Amino acid sequence: MSALGFANSLGIHPQTLQLRASRAEVLANNLANSDTPNFKARDFDFNKVLEGESHRSLGMNITNKDHLAGKIQTDENLMFRNPYQPSIDGNTVDSQMEQTFYTDNALRYNSSFQFLNGKFTGLKGAIKGQ
Amino acid sequence: MSLTNVFNIAGTGMNAQSVRLNTTASNLANAETVSSSIDQTYKARKPWFSVLEKQWDQVDGLNRKLDIRSQVGDGVQVRGIIESDAPLQKRFEPTHPMADEEGYVLYPNVNVVEEMTDMMSSSRSYQMNVEMMKTAKQMLQRTLTLGQ
Repeated sequence: MSALGFANSLGIHPQTLQLRASRAEVLANNLANSDTPNFKARDFDFNKVLEGESHRSLGMNITNKDHLAGKIQTDENLMFRNPYQPSIDGNTVDSQMEQTFYTDNALRYNSSFQFLNGKFTGLKGAIKGQ
Repeated sequence: MSLTNVFNIAGTGMNAQSVRLNTTASNLANAETVSSSIDQTYKARKPWFSVLEKQWDQVDGLNRKLDIRSQVGDGVQVRGIIESDAPLQKRFEPTHPMADEEGYVLYPNVNVVEEMTDMMSSSRSYQMNVEMMKTAKQMLQRTLTLGQ
């Protein structure tokens, strides 16, 4: 497959970056609600959702302008976390764990960014003929 | 964009924790405020936190269903301040100027130890929200350098 065109040359990294940002929001919401009674911490299986993202071409055919585009990413991917230490107010947010996940997610966001940036640098080099 | 939403979420978290810290300050300051009637006695105040649900005014039904973040809230909100209904402390102090006919004064139902732990907890949570915002800021700033 040709490496020309954004879709081919950038690979999976744009989707990864977007999904990392989504996960940051989910985890941020968990952290913000660490003192809310009866709040249940949530997260999604990153790899599974990314798999859905990368196979988006398996979605529905669009033969009419009114047809809807299929997308595999759904609500069902969002799951509840199993708490390590249940608390008396029904809150399942484990601040330390969530903070770890959040930092880990941010770090992986940065590495995905690095890859994406590398791709763009490569494209720029190709355009300039260097 | 999800990352700018992290700012809003952290903002709601910081706001909620500062309200909580405010009630703690009010409770501690009034821990010894005596009175001779139940109605006039200060009662410990606690904030009521709940999840701030997403506002879906601009998004149509289909996108809502397909979006992974649709079930996730938009942070935390303070629904109100609740006065504690724990029993007030009735102390026999006949020489107190606020004492009633039988010589009792009413002290608020503020548990000072509980308030102090609450204060530490809210301060920690506030810090956590600040750190969260800091990380999101770094991620966004990094994104702005894309292609440079």
